[in-house]
Amino acid sequence: MKATDIKNPEYFHKVVDCQHACPAHTPVPEYIRLIAEEKYTEAYMINWDSNVFPGVLGRTCDRPCEPACRRGRIDGKGEEPVAICRLKRVAADNKGDVKGLMPKGPFRPNGKKVALIGAGPASLTVARDLAPLGYEIHLYDEQKLGGGFMRSQIPSFRLPETVLNEEVGYILDLGIHTHFNHYVESLKETLGKDYDAVFVGSGAPKGRDLDIPGRKDGAANIHIGINWLANVAFEHTAKVGKKVIVLGGGNTAMDCCRTARRLGGDEVKVFVRSPFAEMKASPWEKEDAAHEDIPIIDNHVPKSFVVEGGVLKGMTFEKVTAEYDKDGKRKLVPVSGPDIFIEANDVLIAVGQENSFPWIERDLGIEFDKWDMPTVNETTFVSTNPKVFFGGDSAWGPKNVITAVAHGHQAAISIDLMCNGKDLALRLSPYVNLVSQKMGIHEWAYDSEVVSDKRYVVPQADKKLTLTNRKKEVELGFNALAGFKEAERCLNCDIQTVFTTDKCIECDACVDICPTACISFTENADESDLRSMLKMPAKNLTQDLYVSDTLPTKRVMVKDENVCLHCGLCAERCPTSAWDMQKFFYNVTKAHTGCASHK
Amino acid sequence: MTYVRPKFRHPELQKNKLGYTVDYYEGALSTLCAGCGHDSISAGIIQAAYEMNIEPHKLAKLSGIGCSSKTPAYFLSNSHGFNSVHGRMPSVATGANLANRDLTYFGVSGDGDTASIGMGQFVHVIRRSLNMTYIVMNNGCYGLTKGQDSATADQGSKNKGGNVNLFESIDLASLAIELGATFVAQSFSGDKAQLVPLIKAAMNHPGFAFINVISPCVTFNNNVGSTKSYDYVREHIGATATVDFVPEMQEISIEYGKGTHKNVTMHDGSVIQLHKLAEDWNPLDRQSAMNAVINAKAKNEILTGLLYVNPDAHDLHDIIKTSDRPLNTLTKEELCPGSEMLNEINADLR
Repeated sequence: MKATDIKNPEYFHKVVDCQHACPAHTPVPEYIRLIAEEKYTEAYMINWDSNVFPGVLGRTCDRPCEPACRRGRIDGKGEEPVAICRLKRVAADNKGDVKGLMPKGPFRPNGKKVALIGAGPASLTVARDLAPLGYEIHLYDEQKLGGGFMRSQIPSFRLPETVLNEEVGYILDLGIHTHFNHYVESLKETLGKDYDAVFVGSGAPKGRDLDIPGRKDGAANIHIGINWLANVAFEHTAKVGKKVIVLGGGNTAMDCCRTARRLGGDEVKVFVRSPFAEMKASPWEKEDAAHEDIPIIDNHVPKSFVVEGGVLKGMTFEKVTAEYDKDGKRKLVPVSGPDIFIEANDVLIAVGQENSFPWIERDLGIEFDKWDMPTVNETTFVSTNPKVFFGGDSAWGPKNVITAVAHGHQAAISIDLMCNGKDLALRLSPYVNLVSQKMGIHEWAYDSEVVSDKRYVVPQADKKLTLTNRKKEVELGFNALAGFKEAERCLNCDIQTVFTTDKCIECDACVDICPTACISFTENADESDLRSMLKMPAKNLTQDLYVSDTLPTKRVMVKDENVCLHCGLCAERCPTSAWDMQKFFYNVTKAHTGCASHK
Repeated sequence: MTYVRPKFRHPELQKNKLGYTVDYYEGALSTLCAGCGHDSISAGIIQAAYEMNIEPHKLAKLSGIGCSSKTPAYFLSNSHGFNSVHGRMPSVATGANLANRDLTYFGVSGDGDTASIGMGQFVHVIRRSLNMTYIVMNNGCYGLTKGQDSATADQGSKNKGGNVNLFESIDLASLAIELGATFVAQSFSGDKAQLVPLIKAAMNHPGFAFINVISPCVTFNNNVGSTKSYDYVREHIGATATVDFVPEMQEISIEYGKGTHKNVTMHDGSVIQLHKLAEDWNPLDRQSAMNAVINAKAKNEILTGLLYVNPDAHDLHDIIKTSDRPLNTLTKEELCPGSEMLNEINADLR
């Protein structure tokens, strides 16, 4: 193999599994260390710069970082990842004054005007990134408050309104011109105003319906999940029947069933077509539903709504079993026996949501594909109309808040480039830094000790309280001590093991000391051969091999990044400092930090 | 300040026949200088004990004084250990072995501990053919007292202060062959592929097994001009043969070219596989082994690998016909067979 080019920031970026997996590439280990040092404000600001909504995400993020967390791989005996998401909340809960650290208006106007349609996370991110550059930002939303689906779909027992208001407020306070209670009916009309750019962050607002017998007759008690959740959030709906059926296996279904429990649903049941293990909902959301006595009944396909005398009585289901062909493709095969009738006063349909652009005229130069989705550039987020950008769920369908934020950052960069007459393809390099952590013998600037603690559980409020008050937050969050202990579980994967070939005397000290047998000195070979020639075969192909230049004995140093604990013992035992522990800081450049207009 | 070894080990570590992963054979975290060759030898011992399926409580590790003699703290934490007086490890090993012949005895010593203060003990333990493995971690200097030349420092070798050693060195391997050791090998801490099979074969050997391991002292004897530095050893190393140790009942699968391959079958059916590199060398012949060492020396070469082995070795217990069971298993009836037996013995002596 060729020697690894560690000058390419993407190599070490990939070693920081959590950060690499995060759509916004938040520098996770950096803020976790700050939490351990009780520097909550600084930890919050690292998050705020990267993901804009630390308090919201610390409660509701889909956390792609956690399945990626190296800690989940290191013992093969069920060691769980660091509770990254809930640590973010610790920073948000305990922070001091952050407002003083944020950009503060009024900003010198640059004479450009941008319209943002929809006030969800994608648009708000664009607003935050562009406002400090002097853009005049106009934010449109049909609701009376900003936040988009963070407000209408995420129930307050998961995300208190105060937290959302605070973080939306930080952005609106940058001098954003808000146009709430204003449904944009025509993009043509918006483009007709003197905006230099329009960003569409209108989400995927259309809940999928279920067209089966009885749907029309029972309409009064059959609700589309996301609309129902929005009605609850905006207090148009305050009650639900005693017996409730929720259809669907995603996170929206979980939010629906748990909300129904709080609005009078004593017997709430979730019915899913697929097997339990294949449900789209996050495991922790399924656990939370189970904790609230909500059964999730899998392998049931809805057949009809049963309506008698104009009143919904319940639903019938067909029982199925999942069979898989040799390609692993799933087929739901009916199990013989009569259909099953389940009583219900109300049914909530949460079987997915779709994009919908009835307000975008099709003669504006914006190309739509056969699924009626706009053609959007995956890097620049520009549509086929150079002045119109898309991001968040409206670009490629429903994802999550953190993805919307990541889109917003990139779209903001594109808008800034476009408004300055520059090529959108000239993306900004990330901010990167690599600094030695050595302070002396056995002394490192980071806490190198690897603790053996198991993952701490986030405490929850008493069920008696939470089930009777829709707004009472269920999770209490880690207190400062539990936050510290959980933070200590982080392996500091951003403290990189940096190898200098010239300094190595091949004494084997690093090989002997490495607790997880990551380091080998061997003859060089092709990657596939090399992987099997190491002290422990490197079977995880998603993890790179770090290969040195050729050493005096004609061998190479090969390090399998897979289960490196970043404990620093290789560097500790290296007599010549050929190994060094260096802190790698990688931050995606935003429009406001590395903007085109400043250069 | 932290210097703590994490508890996590590679999730795919294999278990040996006893159901232990290699970490079960580890010891405390080393406090020797970073890069010390001794740590590599410790790692080799851990690997060998794991591969040999040694029950840790069936092994006793013994040492004298010195950097080398600290190392038993860094391997086989679950085994018996005795850190004895300077140079007196062989006496303690002899006593222990005579009391309980069922344990594997593993002695670790250094060039000072063996070739200076313990020389008398060393030669006599060889002469008596005690069943043990004796490893010298040989760095040619007194590392613990800031690197003075030891008795194994080569004549003409330069130390860190730039002083040239004026005295002849003691060649421990030749000495061991000369004195009748039945297993003699030489190795280098930086070559575990060779060291681990040698340690395995030594532990399995039924008599006195000696391994002299060149182990550079990074702090005091790794300078230009030293003949025990990593660079010098790598430039001057030669080997009698590549070596592999195959325990009993295993099929031998590796095929070597004709004429260069030699299997030495040991007393218990285990096999030392040798792929010969040195010419005119027969590992079963003491004279040939001596010649090989002398020839290599004349060429300024450090000859490593197995030098000499006698598969039919007899140990001290055989020679002096001791009890075939450990003393702690003998019953009162066996130890005090009664007056009738005493009379018989007395009659014999009249």
